[in-house]
Amino acid sequence: MGWFENGWGLSLIVFLPLVGAAVVLAVPRARETAIKAIALGFAAASFVVSVIATVAFDFGSAGYQFGADTSWIPAIDSRFHIGVDGISLPLVVLSTFITLLCVIYSWNHWPEPHNPKAFLVLMLVLATGMAGTFVALDLVLFFIFFELVLLPMYFMIGIWGDRNPMRLPGFKRPVETRLYAAIKFFLFTLFGSAFMLLGFLALYFRSGNGGLPRTFDIEALSARGAEGQLFTGTFAFWVFFALFLGFAVKVPMWPLHTWLPDAHTAAPTVGSVLLAAILLKLGSYGFIRIALPILPEEAKAWAPVIAILAVIAIIYGSLACLAQTDMKRLIAFSSVGHMGFVMLGISTLTEVGINAAIVGMVAHGIITGLLFFLAGSIQHRYHTREMARLGGNQKILPRLGGILGFAAMASLGLPGLAGFWGEFMALLASYNPFAGANLALFRSAMVIGAIGTVLTAGYLLWMLQRVNLGEIPEEWREKSFRDADGYELGAWVPLVLATLAVGVYPAIVFGTTNDSVQRLVARAFGG
Amino acid sequence: MTGMLSFAALSTAEGGHAAAAADPSGFLGLLAQGAWLIPVVPLLAVGLIVLFGKRLPFKGWELAEGALAFVALYSIALLIGNWVEPMAFERHVEIARVGLLPGGGSLVLEWGWVVDGLSIMMYFVVGVVGFFVFTYSKGYMKGDVRFTWFFAAFSIFAGGMLVLVSSPNTIQLIVGWELVGLASYLLIGHWWEDHANNAAATKAFIVNKVADLGLFLGVIIAALAVGSFRFTDLLDAVEAGDSALADVGVWVGLALFIGAMGKSAQWPFHVWLPDAMAGPTPVSSLMHAATMVTAGVYLLGRMFPFYQAEGFGAGLKPLILVIGALTLFLGGLVALVQDDIKKVLAYSTVSQLGYMTAAMGAGAYTAGLFHLFTHAFFKGLLFLAAGSVIHAVHSNNMSDMGGLRRFMPKTFWTFVIGSLALAGIVPLSGFWSKDEILASLYYDSQHGGGGLATFVLVLAVAGAFVTAFYMARAVNLTFFGKYQGAGHPHESPRVMTYPLIGLAALAAVGGLVNIPGAFPAFTDWLAARVHLPGDHHAAALNLGLAAIGTLAALAGIAIGTAIFGRQRATQRERDRFRIPLLYPLLEHKYYMDDLYDYALVRPIRGPLARATNWSNNVILDGVVNACGAAARRLSALVYGGLDQRGIDLGINAAAAAAGEAGGALRRVQTGKVQQYAAALFLGAVLLVVGFLIFG
Amino acid sequence: MTVNQFLILGALLFSLGVYGVLVRRNAVAVLLSIELMLAAVNINLVAFGSLLGDTLHTGHIFALFVITVAAAEVGIGLAIVILIFRNRSSANVDELDLMKW
Repeated sequence: MGWFENGWGLSLIVFLPLVGAAVVLAVPRARETAIKAIALGFAAASFVVSVIATVAFDFGSAGYQFGADTSWIPAIDSRFHIGVDGISLPLVVLSTFITLLCVIYSWNHWPEPHNPKAFLVLMLVLATGMAGTFVALDLVLFFIFFELVLLPMYFMIGIWGDRNPMRLPGFKRPVETRLYAAIKFFLFTLFGSAFMLLGFLALYFRSGNGGLPRTFDIEALSARGAEGQLFTGTFAFWVFFALFLGFAVKVPMWPLHTWLPDAHTAAPTVGSVLLAAILLKLGSYGFIRIALPILPEEAKAWAPVIAILAVIAIIYGSLACLAQTDMKRLIAFSSVGHMGFVMLGISTLTEVGINAAIVGMVAHGIITGLLFFLAGSIQHRYHTREMARLGGNQKILPRLGGILGFAAMASLGLPGLAGFWGEFMALLASYNPFAGANLALFRSAMVIGAIGTVLTAGYLLWMLQRVNLGEIPEEWREKSFRDADGYELGAWVPLVLATLAVGVYPAIVFGTTNDSVQRLVARAFGG
Repeated sequence: MTGMLSFAALSTAEGGHAAAAADPSGFLGLLAQGAWLIPVVPLLAVGLIVLFGKRLPFKGWELAEGALAFVALYSIALLIGNWVEPMAFERHVEIARVGLLPGGGSLVLEWGWVVDGLSIMMYFVVGVVGFFVFTYSKGYMKGDVRFTWFFAAFSIFAGGMLVLVSSPNTIQLIVGWELVGLASYLLIGHWWEDHANNAAATKAFIVNKVADLGLFLGVIIAALAVGSFRFTDLLDAVEAGDSALADVGVWVGLALFIGAMGKSAQWPFHVWLPDAMAGPTPVSSLMHAATMVTAGVYLLGRMFPFYQAEGFGAGLKPLILVIGALTLFLGGLVALVQDDIKKVLAYSTVSQLGYMTAAMGAGAYTAGLFHLFTHAFFKGLLFLAAGSVIHAVHSNNMSDMGGLRRFMPKTFWTFVIGSLALAGIVPLSGFWSKDEILASLYYDSQHGGGGLATFVLVLAVAGAFVTAFYMARAVNLTFFGKYQGAGHPHESPRVMTYPLIGLAALAAVGGLVNIPGAFPAFTDWLAARVHLPGDHHAAALNLGLAAIGTLAALAGIAIGTAIFGRQRATQRERDRFRIPLLYPLLEHKYYMDDLYDYALVRPIRGPLARATNWSNNVILDGVVNACGAAARRLSALVYGGLDQRGIDLGINAAAAAAGEAGGALRRVQTGKVQQYAAALFLGAVLLVVGFLIFG
Repeated sequence: MTVNQFLILGALLFSLGVYGVLVRRNAVAVLLSIELMLAAVNINLVAFGSLLGDTLHTGHIFALFVITVAAAEVGIGLAIVILIFRNRSSANVDELDLMKW
């Protein structure tokens, strides 16, 4: 397995979907089954390789594994440096896992205007971008993968998205929601990325000071950052700010979140799932992998800001959820709150907090992905997402309703299910943040965050009550509905099982992350 | 690959160095080691019922019943074992480990199970009462729309409750705590076609969730102070006078107590419990009377040394005492005016939970838990009997009942036994436990509790009177007088009456396991595990107090019967007449619900949520959209003004000139080859002529 | 023999060709007239070639080139004419104004 461990394994995970996209492109558009089968095959292959990597992973070691480091663009000292450690492994597996489930779900659920070929090609390209971001250890490589996910998602939302017209200030005629959402998503993220790129470049040029060769390498930069000599003062402040903008937009952190409800609501089901499950994690992963270790002192200086914004997001997201009438938009806003817990964990700069953040990311990926699948299927059947019109879904579609109930319970952080650990450990971490932190601030954050869990329970139960429970409204009484079919269950049951598994035995994630987080925190923040 | 192995390996650690007694050996050891099955079997049953329940002959009931029978038998075996040799056993299974940087070390998350007096007592209560209630439910829920699902959810409760009481650490406690909360939500809203039930279910969940904030924060603070989630480590730290824990002792104590107040429906968190009666009656019986609501008291019991230790939780004892006293008295008063028989019992439960809490506040470990133990039997019984009545008359309201003792004698007699036990009539179980509480309140008033404890003692005696009074009222209105409802009520089937008889037997004799001075078996069970500083179990029966308590109860029964015993007119007016001042206050439950609704729920759901959404859509999105609009405006300016009219002007002019010229010249092009050729030759000739002339 | 005789012959022949190109309506005749013009040029080339006594015989060789090119040109020209005739049942040059803008 030498070849596997020398970067080929990871390259397979990352580039198999891209190869798949190329193959799908070569198949005539009319042969849909072949197209789907090929896409499924490549997505499954990528997932299987990631599982093999997990099995072969040495959980006793905190460093990077399966790495490759070859010359790539010598002119700017950028190298093709990839590798996984305990922090990125769960996210890599999560991304291949969710992609596979999305392909399965897509088998017979196509948003208009149909065209599976184009859709699957985009999805596979997206898969490459997502997995690539999590394995990249070179800033340029990271940036390329980070941006690679933008375009497919833009097209997914813009072409297959919600066609309902909406009114916009400054436009005389109503605009189709999908166009507005797609452009908003694209511009927002690009806005952040531009600053992020500036930050990367600044790091690159400053890394050469002091006689060292300039580098884009994350490992090397982290080592130099931990020494605390190179990146200091105003320079570090602005670089952190630039990185913060780039990642915060993606997370998204309040008040840079407003692209999220629109994009999630307008995107086709699979697009929403991928957005919520993986794309949001790119931002928080960026904080953990790049911003914290390279600029530890600035991270400490910024931590209170991040904590405050995270807590605002928790309360704000939950309150906004309570005012929603559109089920999908409610779930979208719930992401703001849940990612608030993730960021709260990160802002503590402790092992517990960062571990909690990763568990929170994985749990949110699984659970909110499931919720978006369900919202998509509900819309598919009722042709509406207005909760006021729904009701008695548990009676009409018992299987779908049951899974919706389960997902809502998991999302509100029921102990014993995956969502609990991220929330609880994040709160726990903010009681004892990093040395030198403002204790009063972080402990207030803990209490306010805890209040957020009550509001979370409130809006999810309210959503359940309006969608799942009650009598069946007149509108649907005479209609016949098909309960969840094999493909839907094929996509959902694995998510349900994963939620249970992580909930009952959280070492599935904690066991992987802890050593690497320990290494990261010890190097960056001492200890 | 080796890494994977260590990752997956479940490490079982030796438990509780605090456990004074050694692990039991031999058969008892096996029994204790296998006790992990107690919570797991009902949870397995949940999965099986969901997957296969509908295909089974009894639609999944048999699986639930089997699981509970297993728990009941196992708990009886443990009980006997504990009698033979007191057990203090615990085992842990690590499920995750997270590094703790400040101070080093790791925070270990574990599953585990405890076998000691307290947990065995709870296993027994859950298993035995649960077994009777599950049996009863088969009859009560017959023909229900979601019969199978009912037993699945009920088994979630049983499993969750056992997870809770078997927990050796606070994390697992939280898991069990929330699992029973989930089951409560599912079962209160069992008939979810009616949104009133859903509202009650949601209310129960949210109120509990609010109180759970306390539990969460208390667990977090305690765990970080001690570096472990285990109860044993926590209590060891208390014993050792650990300064890190002492620094936050008051906060931990307060936070955990708030959690306990939510689950155990203490004032002012009690509002969810009466609404929870929207669920099927067996649910009210097992969860909202016998077991689930006692989880808070159980937590106080588990943490008892903490709340006794000076510098840790002892400062909170007056608070606990007062909250318990308020709850027991105010809850009891509301029970006086309820027409819904289940609400009477619900407020009675609130009141009795107040007794338990007050006992804990008075430092009476055994008394509080003993009342928990006996209350589980007689209140479970009362609910089941009430359910039997409701089953017969198809109404919850006592104004639709009356004279039922002739129609349903078994229900009548068991209800009476339960009522007398609740009222505290000797020698039924309630007498012994209530007397024990009164005795410990008295003791506390003599030993440092001061005037507060005396006041609480007076309230407790008054509460005994009120208890007897409302139960007399309920018995009279339900079973005596003339039948007021429609149809012909009849006795319930045997599947429902046998559990009534079984519980009635327990309610009658359950108190005999703890006769002060003569047979203090219960005290011994519970005392085995932990040193109990300050638990002043009365060495002998205080005859004076017992007489006062009994007299109060008898007076309550007498007055209640005097008022409600005869043929009655309209009940509501009579109540109003008897207690004119208090009635409006009681009927509106002290306006607590309205207070919460108007002060908290509505502002959050209405203006606050809308304002947030508005600020999102108008302010934040407004900024974003304004940026977009501004960019568009700017681009129009740059394009239309600068680009199109400025820079492009010259370029466009050149292009236009070229176009004009082409238009003019194109007429020359006729397409006729010969004209072209003629022009060609003409040109050639002109050239020749030119050459000739100028050349 | 002076060169003038050849030049006069060539000029006459060329003029005949020009006349034919400009006046004839039939496309085939136009093509033939072009051949006449080419023949006139060839005469001139050969005449000057021998007059100048060029050792490389450039004039003769060029004449051969012209003949070759003329043959190819007529071949293509006739093919076009035939196609036009097939499409329009006419080879009348006046009616051909396809090249008008």
